Amino acid sequence: MTDSKYFTTTKKGEIFELKAELNSDKKEKKKEAVKKVIASMTVGKDVSALFPDVVNCMQTDNLELKKLVYLYLMNYAKSQPDMAIMAVNTFVKDCEDLNPLIRALAVRTMGCIRVDKITEYLCEPLRKCLKDEDPYVRKTAAVCVAKLHDINAQLVEDQGFLDTLKDLISDSNPMVVANAVAALSEIAESHPNSNLLDLNPQTINKLLTALNECTEWGQIFILDCLANYTPRDDRESQSICERVTPRLSHANSAVVLSAVKVLMKFMEMLPKDLDYYGTLLKKLAPPLVTLLSAEPELQYVALRNINLIVQRRPEILKHEMKVFFVKYNDPIYVKLEKLDIMIRLASQANIAQVLAELKEYATEVDVDFVRKAVRAIGRCAIKVEQSAERCVSTLLDLIQTKVNYVVQEAIVVIKDIFRKYPNKYESVIATLCEHLESLDEPEARAAMIWIVGEYAERIDNADELLESFLEGFHDESTQVQLQLLTAIVKLFLKKPTETQELVQQVLSLATQDSDNPDLRDRGYIYWRLLSTDPVAAKEVVLAEKPLISEETDLIEPTLLEELICHIGTLASVYHKPPSAFVEGSRGVQHKRLAGSAGSGESVESPDTGSAAGVSEAPPAVIPSQGDLLGDLLNLDLTPPTATGPPPAAAPGMQLGAMDLLGGGLDSLLGGDIGGSPAMGAGFGAPPAAMPASFNAPVSGGLDDLFDLGGGVGMTMGSYTPPKTVWLPAMKAKGLEISGVFVRRSGVIQMEMTLSNKAMSVMSDFAIQFNRNSFGLAPAGPLQILTPLSPNQTIEAALPLSTVGPVMKMEPLNNLQVAVKNNIDVFYFSCQYPISMLFLEDGKMERQVFLATWKDIPNENESQFQIKDCHLNSDAASNKLQGSNIFTIAKRTVEGQDMLYQSMKLTNGIWVLAELRVQAGNPNYTISLKCRAPEVSQCVFQNYEAVLKN
Amino acid sequence: MQATDLMTMEEIEILDFGYPQNSETGALKTFITQQGIKSQSKEEQSQITSQVTGQIGWRREGIKYRRNELFLDVLESVNLLMSPQGQVLSAHVSGRVVMKSYLSGMPECKFGMNDKIVIDKQGKAGSNEDGAKSGKQSIAIDDCTFHQCVRLSKFDSERSISFIPPDGDYELMRYRTTKDIILPFRVIPLVREVGRTKLEVKVVIKSNFKASLLAQKIEVRIPTPLNTSGVQLICMKGKAKYKASENAIVWKVKRMAGMKESQISAEIELLPTNDKKKWARPPISMNFEVPFAPSGLKVRYLKVFEPKLNYNDHDVIKWVRYIGKSGIYETRC
Repeated sequence: MTDSKYFTTTKKGEIFELKAELNSDKKEKKKEAVKKVIASMTVGKDVSALFPDVVNCMQTDNLELKKLVYLYLMNYAKSQPDMAIMAVNTFVKDCEDLNPLIRALAVRTMGCIRVDKITEYLCEPLRKCLKDEDPYVRKTAAVCVAKLHDINAQLVEDQGFLDTLKDLISDSNPMVVANAVAALSEIAESHPNSNLLDLNPQTINKLLTALNECTEWGQIFILDCLANYTPRDDRESQSICERVTPRLSHANSAVVLSAVKVLMKFMEMLPKDLDYYGTLLKKLAPPLVTLLSAEPELQYVALRNINLIVQRRPEILKHEMKVFFVKYNDPIYVKLEKLDIMIRLASQANIAQVLAELKEYATEVDVDFVRKAVRAIGRCAIKVEQSAERCVSTLLDLIQTKVNYVVQEAIVVIKDIFRKYPNKYESVIATLCEHLESLDEPEARAAMIWIVGEYAERIDNADELLESFLEGFHDESTQVQLQLLTAIVKLFLKKPTETQELVQQVLSLATQDSDNPDLRDRGYIYWRLLSTDPVAAKEVVLAEKPLISEETDLIEPTLLEELICHIGTLASVYHKPPSAFVEGSRGVQHKRLAGSAGSGESVESPDTGSAAGVSEAPPAVIPSQGDLLGDLLNLDLTPPTATGPPPAAAPGMQLGAMDLLGGGLDSLLGGDIGGSPAMGAGFGAPPAAMPASFNAPVSGGLDDLFDLGGGVGMTMGSYTPPKTVWLPAMKAKGLEISGVFVRRSGVIQMEMTLSNKAMSVMSDFAIQFNRNSFGLAPAGPLQILTPLSPNQTIEAALPLSTVGPVMKMEPLNNLQVAVKNNIDVFYFSCQYPISMLFLEDGKMERQVFLATWKDIPNENESQFQIKDCHLNSDAASNKLQGSNIFTIAKRTVEGQDMLYQSMKLTNGIWVLAELRVQAGNPNYTISLKCRAPEVSQCVFQNYEAVLKN
Repeated sequence: MQATDLMTMEEIEILDFGYPQNSETGALKTFITQQGIKSQSKEEQSQITSQVTGQIGWRREGIKYRRNELFLDVLESVNLLMSPQGQVLSAHVSGRVVMKSYLSGMPECKFGMNDKIVIDKQGKAGSNEDGAKSGKQSIAIDDCTFHQCVRLSKFDSERSISFIPPDGDYELMRYRTTKDIILPFRVIPLVREVGRTKLEVKVVIKSNFKASLLAQKIEVRIPTPLNTSGVQLICMKGKAKYKASENAIVWKVKRMAGMKESQISAEIELLPTNDKKKWARPPISMNFEVPFAPSGLKVRYLKVFEPKLNYNDHDVIKWVRYIGKSGIYETRC
């Protein structure tokens, strides 16, 4: 029977005909009709109109027909949810069929129908199938739980399917175990903190037993699950490793990679002096090499994974350099990846071999590859010191070939070699200079200019060379312009007499004629440096540069650890964590390697050791700032549910940090442009010779810029809180938000006034915070029920909790907020007074205070002056107490009152203060001591605000 | 059944909710085709499900053959990268053991080869001359991977290869060796540039195996520069042709015995160009087929046990064949 006929019918009234056939009495005709329907469906025709007729065919004892109808249902049930209910009965019946294949088929298909109403009916049959006597049905049911969880997670939990699924891990059939593990792993991913996959030595043992018996794919599920387990000690890790290593001989490369992942992870736990550790290292190499004898596409996947593995444990493949030699016919993506690994494996032992290969590659045809090969030679020079000389001479040979891109690439890497071995290979500069004209790529030009500037004193015609570049200054790319500017300044500092004209020329080009702020700023900095203090300029510009490190392109250690945990997945091919490319609401889990308990690990990779330390440090240490914008944009805004209470009015003005910066920069630059043309000849001259107009705007602008951080925080006092405008109407399509933070009987509230200054009604308000220093987060939804009509103003109070995600902000008390309404999402940032976070129980015992004060190291102490404060010490003390700053003791020495005070932040940090008040002197002195000295600045600002209001 | 339906059903069977379930073709075949047949006995149904979920998913029970037969092919591809001076830059053999088994019942098989680790172990265990003798011919296998039917834990602990084979065709194992490889051919290139418009190339090939054996399908491919205008060829054996479209001289020899030597010389005329770039000189590559395993691998035994049916190892007819082919076999010039 040929199949093409089903696809070719395009007669009129096709649907009608099919309908008639579907309702025919003859079984054969019915079957043919269903086949035609499926054929139309697969080529994309809409046959959903036939839904009831097809469903009618469902009750049949013909398996083939049943399968086809199920296929149809899966495709169209979602578009016809009400009709789909009609099919439920048959499903339920089929789940109790005598034939296990039909039972499994029914439960599998039901799971694929993503209609809420159906899921309710699915529960009972699913429960039965999970306990079916036939393993085939059980394994299908296990996956069905994961499907159901994806549709309705709550239902799965309520029905207790998760427990049944957990029981299946102990099933007698390995395939059932594997599928249960796969389903549980998937469900656990969306509940990062749940204890779903409660792995303990007993379950691990069961999994390891099933591992030997199930199919190749099942083995992968189990291995991936094992990788998430943290063994209790090195003995347990060794015994797991021993039972996983046989998998390295599996024909399926995915099984091999998953096994490698498990071993790489558990190796962290093994002490390095253990014999078994060495054995394991030896066992890992051959399977990795074997992966490279597969098809190029698989080779690429293997190479990307190997690239991670050699960065973590280069010792595994250190003797296998040859397999990474590039073959002439390798596809380019394989070639580039092999080259990368070759360099990572390069060492003194094999460098001769590697260099010979690289030289060979540099003569090939493919431009990208040749470039990378040349660059690789430079990297070898930097990595293996003993080979540097040989590498340099190889590069010189290559320059002699005069192939344009080879020469350019060689010059770029020679620059790096100079950075690594200063004053060693200057003899080659002459050769480099010969090729000056042939350089047309910005990177190469910039590198060459850097070399000329750096070694200006040894190049007789350095000024001529640089001058020749200067002619087309404005046509150069920024990279070259910046480099040229620096090089000429260096030249001037080295040979001031001959090059004065040149340096003036370049400075005026950079500052007057360029639109590029980076270039202008650098120009001005040089200009001012040179004019104020040439000696200092020399110290700055000609400072000794730090040597560049061995390998610049290593993956950052924490990321590497995470990627090692994802070996054998897409993440290991992209070299990106899954969260970077997987969409969806899945909880982001950052996996990391378990460090071994201090057994010589630090010798091998100090970076990873210290990185691991940070995350486990006490709460005082705040995780570093990530991608702010990204975080804010990713916020999930929840819709509102109920109305909220009132508060007050709005003076003052506070813009987002961005605008402040923008404004500051503009005024800074604007001021400069007027000033600079006046400065003609006087470089060596003292600063007095400078036109005043130049000096003033620059410093003024800069000061303004740097003061912003301090100034903003003071606009708010916790005592008499006036509202400030956080979000001006202009920036939020008519929505104006002003607000203030208050602490009322232990509850932090964000009191806001929302005004609608637009012409249309606003509704559906919601609010979210970005991660911030103290984990502030809304304790509930923003309660604005009624829509906000034009010109209306509404008050809202949002209680806040301090259990949200934490990220260090700058300044510390900065809070980035996103507000959504029916029109758009708006972002603003505001600062809360740190006293919001002072707890009511922040009064320390005297003894404890003394001990703590002594205990905190002196470098954590900071002193501030509070000026123009006319309160006496008692009044100050009372006032401060209102903000939960408690006075513990008071001492009077020589007419000076010393107040000892303490406060406690919501995250458990104590701040200790000594406030000195001299009668008649309006200036207070305050010393703050805290284990987290970052907060001192904020606390001081808070003192000032409270005392002055 | 219609192809599309079959495909979709197969897909579902292979992949459920994105989770791969079974990709063994043999198992899938029984699984899917049986579904069309209307009435099955209960035993048959549960047999299918137990096969798919059981430990031996690749073989069904109740297979019967009148003649129990086994075909075993050792297929190797030998890869070489040699410097112009004849130094081996890298060489490895990647081999496959491919089998066809027509055996009744659920036979237990054990496969043995001259694996150095196994033979050394046996040598130590006691036997004297025999061990020493075969020890000479043993080979070091760098790595091997097995079909899912092989018990990996047993291989890991005892290095013995035991399995219940699938029915019909399958690849039992793959392996890789790098030591003591017999390179069947040696290519000796000589390239001389005569002025700017002429190139003289001489290539000698030497066969390096037993004189009684014959290599087949020999092909040597000598790359020529892009600006080649004409080629004159003289070869002692076989046929040679300049293929302008492929920028190469292709020299074909049908058969060549071991321990022989043959050569080709070519005069290549070049068009003068002002292209400064040097010709990259791609390597000379070679293809051939030889009737032995370049790695030196030998099958020592393949034992079959079927305790339930009354046939034993001696009743099984076994065929073994060795084929060595060129993989990427290149000599730089």
